[in-house]
Amino acid sequence: MTQLQARGVVKAYGPTPALRGVNLEVGEGEIVSVTGPSGCGKSTLLHCLAGILRPDAGQVTWRGQRIDGWSEAARSKLRRTEFGVLFQFGQLVAELTAAENVALPLLLAGTGRREARTAALAWLDRFGVVELADVRPGEMSGGQQQRCATARALVTEPQVLFADEPTGALDTLTGEQVLTQLVRLAREQHTTVVLVTHEPRIAAYADREVILRDGAVDHSGLGLDLPLAGGQR
Amino acid sequence: MARVSTSHVLLGLLAAGSRHGYELKRAHDERLPRARPLAFGQVYATLGRLRRDGLVAPAGQEREGGPDRTAYTLTGEGRAALDRWLAEVEPPMPYVSSTLFAKVVVALLVADVDRARDYLVAQRRAHADRLRELTAAKTAPAATVDDVVAADFAIAHLDADLRWLHTTLDRVADWHREVHP
Repeated sequence: MTQLQARGVVKAYGPTPALRGVNLEVGEGEIVSVTGPSGCGKSTLLHCLAGILRPDAGQVTWRGQRIDGWSEAARSKLRRTEFGVLFQFGQLVAELTAAENVALPLLLAGTGRREARTAALAWLDRFGVVELADVRPGEMSGGQQQRCATARALVTEPQVLFADEPTGALDTLTGEQVLTQLVRLAREQHTTVVLVTHEPRIAAYADREVILRDGAVDHSGLGLDLPLAGGQR
Repeated sequence: MARVSTSHVLLGLLAAGSRHGYELKRAHDERLPRARPLAFGQVYATLGRLRRDGLVAPAGQEREGGPDRTAYTLTGEGRAALDRWLAEVEPPMPYVSSTLFAKVVVALLVADVDRARDYLVAQRRAHADRLRELTAAKTAPAATVDDVVAADFAIAHLDADLRWLHTTLDRVADWHREVHP
């Protein structure tokens, strides 16, 4: 069943087009990677799908409801409750401990303090970093920070996790461990994942790969600048 | 380890037009600079077999104060044999790289861009599919350390092949301008 859909999504930054009419359907519980060369629009697409950016034209549909026209407050609520977002650099709050960072989305959603902390500890435990519960991000390694950030993205048990180059700042082995845990937990919970990456090795964790080129889905399967017959591109 | 098919590389070089043995040797060494240089004897022996099999035909001789130099041209059958080879996806294995390299270079040289594109799409897909299978195998809860290490080895090579394929294809527009001005 289609859970998330983009139809003719267009987005530009000033005079620079980033997305030129993207169509994409993501099924419930599916893990989809979005790949393509730098500047192809993959991060912009993720931001539009997650309701962080509003497209200039086209539609973004979540469970059959158009969300692209929603107010910032409504989209923000959707991100707090149904969506989880994970970026390349964990973007943990430097002043808060690991447990406080992970509990934050629950507190914002109205969960009680004690319950939020209990859930945060459970998620830190799943990612093998519960011993860091009272440590601040500045005292952690990159891999530890990204494990905490992943726990924070999943603590609300979102329907969809949007991950933008989640292992881009980590060494190969640490990145792989974080991603393996992320994918395993997502599958267990039937969480849909949209995974943006430029690395074939990372895209291979997904069930399906969508290639973007010049702001549109490349159905040729290459995503590359290979000239077509007749000089077309 | 799969061996590069010299016959098919020569057929690919002849797809651009007729050439004699010496020109073919030079073109081969220029186009596949990291491959072992072809010996003249190997070029002429291969051309002899290709001629016997009807895949190339003599296209005239030139005399420049030395021995006769016969130019060869691709026959219809030769072109068909080349197309069959190009359409055949290489099984993605760790040591596929040299055949993959030769095939991609030749695919880019031949005049039919659509066919080259079809091959490259199929090869990329085969690599990506194999990468996905290996990733699933190594992340399975029952995977042993030996399984993971073996999968890692294959994944690293396939990943390298794919990265190289991407970089190469990013250069393709220029190649086509050079080869088919």
